[in-house]
Amino acid sequence: MVKFEVHDLNVWFEKAQALKNVNIEVRQNEILSIIGPSNSGKTTFIRMLNRLNELNPHFRMNGIVELDRLNIRNTDVEALRKRVGMVFALPLPLPLSIYENIAYGIRMHGLKNKAKIGQIVERSLKQSYLWDEVKDRLDESAFKLSGGQQQRLCISRTLAVAPEVILFDEPCSGLDPISTAKVEEAMLELKKEYTIVLVTNNVKQAARVGDRTAFFLSGELIEIDTTDRIFTVPKDQRTDGYIRGRFG
Amino acid sequence: MRNTKRTQKIAFFLMLLATLLIVVPVGMIVIIIVQKGLPAINWQFLSDIPRQGMRTGGIFPAIIGTVYLVLGAIVFALPIGLLAAIYLSEYSRDNFLTRIIRLAIVNLSGVPSVVYGLFGLALFVVFFKFGASILSGSLTLGIMILPIIITTSREALESVPQSFREVSLSLGASKWQTIRHIVLPNAIPGILTGTILGLGRAAGETAPILFTVAAFYLPQLPKSIFDQAMALPYHLYVISTQVPNVDEKVRYGTALVLLVLVLFMNLVAIIIRYRFRKKKKW
Amino acid sequence: MRKLKEFIIEKLILVCGLAAIFFVVLIFLFLLKEGLALFKSVNPFAFIFGKSWYPISEPAQLGIMPLILGSLLVTLGAAIISIPIGVACAVYISEVAPSKTKEILKSGIELLAAIPSVVLGFIGMVTLVPWVKSVFHLPTGLTALSGSIMLAFMAMPTIVSVAEDALYSVPKNYKEGAFALGATHWQTIYRVMLPAASSGIVAAVMLGIGRVIGETMAVMMITGNSAIIPHSILQPVRTLTATIAAEMGEAVVGSEHYFALFAIGIVLFVISFIINVTADLFLHKRQ
Repeated sequence: MVKFEVHDLNVWFEKAQALKNVNIEVRQNEILSIIGPSNSGKTTFIRMLNRLNELNPHFRMNGIVELDRLNIRNTDVEALRKRVGMVFALPLPLPLSIYENIAYGIRMHGLKNKAKIGQIVERSLKQSYLWDEVKDRLDESAFKLSGGQQQRLCISRTLAVAPEVILFDEPCSGLDPISTAKVEEAMLELKKEYTIVLVTNNVKQAARVGDRTAFFLSGELIEIDTTDRIFTVPKDQRTDGYIRGRFG
Repeated sequence: MRNTKRTQKIAFFLMLLATLLIVVPVGMIVIIIVQKGLPAINWQFLSDIPRQGMRTGGIFPAIIGTVYLVLGAIVFALPIGLLAAIYLSEYSRDNFLTRIIRLAIVNLSGVPSVVYGLFGLALFVVFFKFGASILSGSLTLGIMILPIIITTSREALESVPQSFREVSLSLGASKWQTIRHIVLPNAIPGILTGTILGLGRAAGETAPILFTVAAFYLPQLPKSIFDQAMALPYHLYVISTQVPNVDEKVRYGTALVLLVLVLFMNLVAIIIRYRFRKKKKW
Repeated sequence: MRKLKEFIIEKLILVCGLAAIFFVVLIFLFLLKEGLALFKSVNPFAFIFGKSWYPISEPAQLGIMPLILGSLLVTLGAAIISIPIGVACAVYISEVAPSKTKEILKSGIELLAAIPSVVLGFIGMVTLVPWVKSVFHLPTGLTALSGSIMLAFMAMPTIVSVAEDALYSVPKNYKEGAFALGATHWQTIYRVMLPAASSGIVAAVMLGIGRVIGETMAVMMITGNSAIIPHSILQPVRTLTATIAAEMGEAVVGSEHYFALFAIGIVLFVISFIINVTADLFLHKRQ
């Protein structure tokens, strides 16, 4: 089952073209890893899926991005972002308490019932394996957590609004190996319920976690296949070169 | 080699001199006012109404008048100024309209205060027929401090990191929700600083209130916003230039009260700004 | 429902965003409304270039040349004093002063900027004016010179802080490059930093002068109130601003005198508009 379908996507920021003729699909309940050197368009691509690129006044596009067969440009952007959540590269807690960080999204969508909010907060924290570490200090500022904990907080925060897709944009770039492992563990568990797109600079992480892997270079999608095949018998020699570390 | 070193020494010395030429007199001015004005300050001076054409009695109505005017000014300027700042910081794009707005703000802040007085006279006193009143004076002062409020509020809003907005929006919050729940609360110290600076400015201005509200000798307090009022800056002006035989220490005393009021507000604003910078969690 | 509320709020925000433009236009319109009425009975050239200002004589003589020259004289004097001192002070604070004194000095300058002009006028009256009178052996110390000195004082915080900002934003590598070539600190300042910051410094000076031209209370209290064409800086003068402040109380609403004062207001508005717009252009000229 296909979740996202992208047809002939071209993106420009001012005069610079960031994505060229990208055609790709994201399948339900898979983890799609996206790899490529910096400036290859990976982040631009993933930000297309929740229309976050629109925050940039110089953004221009043509092409179609569809979620469940509906063009996402024609849907309400707030509803879209509820369905497609994002975890950013640096842990970015909001300047609120731990509890309020998680509760923020659902409050903004209108939920007022304190009991329900509490339930959702607890469940979300459990889903990212953070509950035990913070259950006694939910009122403390989120900034008091370690980097790895903050990132798991951000995952919980996204889970709280009950999305269908979670976008991970280099989520472990600021984290130590143990925290990284915890985040990857969470992702593998999460894919049972959600669809996940992961942008990563770490080729090995893509191999560990992704069901399929896509290789971007200079704004183009060079190759996409099951992770196994990409890493053993890539069709394009550029893919091969990048994976082996010959450039990037 | 020696020559250039010597030139530098002379140059630096002259610059130090220039700096002292500015800073030392400031200290002296404050000292003179405190020295000569303090003897006049007693409870009666501050709480009594003026008597005998200001030869005895106190300046209480002038203090109250200034308070009313300043509060009125902020009631007008803060909502409009804050919303304008939100527009500039959160909604405006880099286009012609925004440049014109910025130009207009620069202009408003450069308009001579007496021209504001003329404007207030023509619009509020005459055209709207409010007459010389606290209402006219407050509105005039409000427009005058609008640029300060807009500029400082905009800076405070813009200093909230963009990443917070992105996070909020990515959770499906709307733009206004993001502003109201994330951006604004974190910009409040900066906005507060700007507001208090605006208040300080409004408290000290004379020309805008000359024709719009100020009266010299009103032994009773104003009862409504349509009444005239006394005000500290105007009061100081009149007893220094128009009223003969006022005891010197009364003049200095009035100057001292006004100075303390304005400097106190500036000090509060600076303290807020300083503590906010220290406490910033990001 | 929420969407509707937000729509209204966002429209309100837009309206307030335009507020500044609205008020500038409104001010100008009202000045024009009352000021242009003068030119039904008085020739604009006679108004601007007329040498006599006797508004209450019969017939009224409404030439503002003495007032323009008064403002000009006082402003020029203030500029001559405040520009070198102000720029030197800005350089000192930004480049030479050790960091602890820097904070104290900056606070001192901010303090000066915060003092209300009527207080400075009062102090000028009781200290500066008698001093000028005795030093120059004049019949009165209420002169253009006294005004210039006090106004220079009031302009300097603006000049210092804007110039200091300009110096601060000179890229560090300009400075480091000069040092690497063996220049002394002073040589670096006047050969590299001042030129690099020049447009900002020009803006600082213009804004300071703009402040001086617009100043009312201090001039009223210090320069005397003689609306005659001045022949020297040691004479009393009358500025455009002081004229409005001093005479509006006596002018009957709707009289020719009333319109004339508004016409002076138009002149002041236009002058400050030109100065502020030009200064802003300089501030945003990145070299």
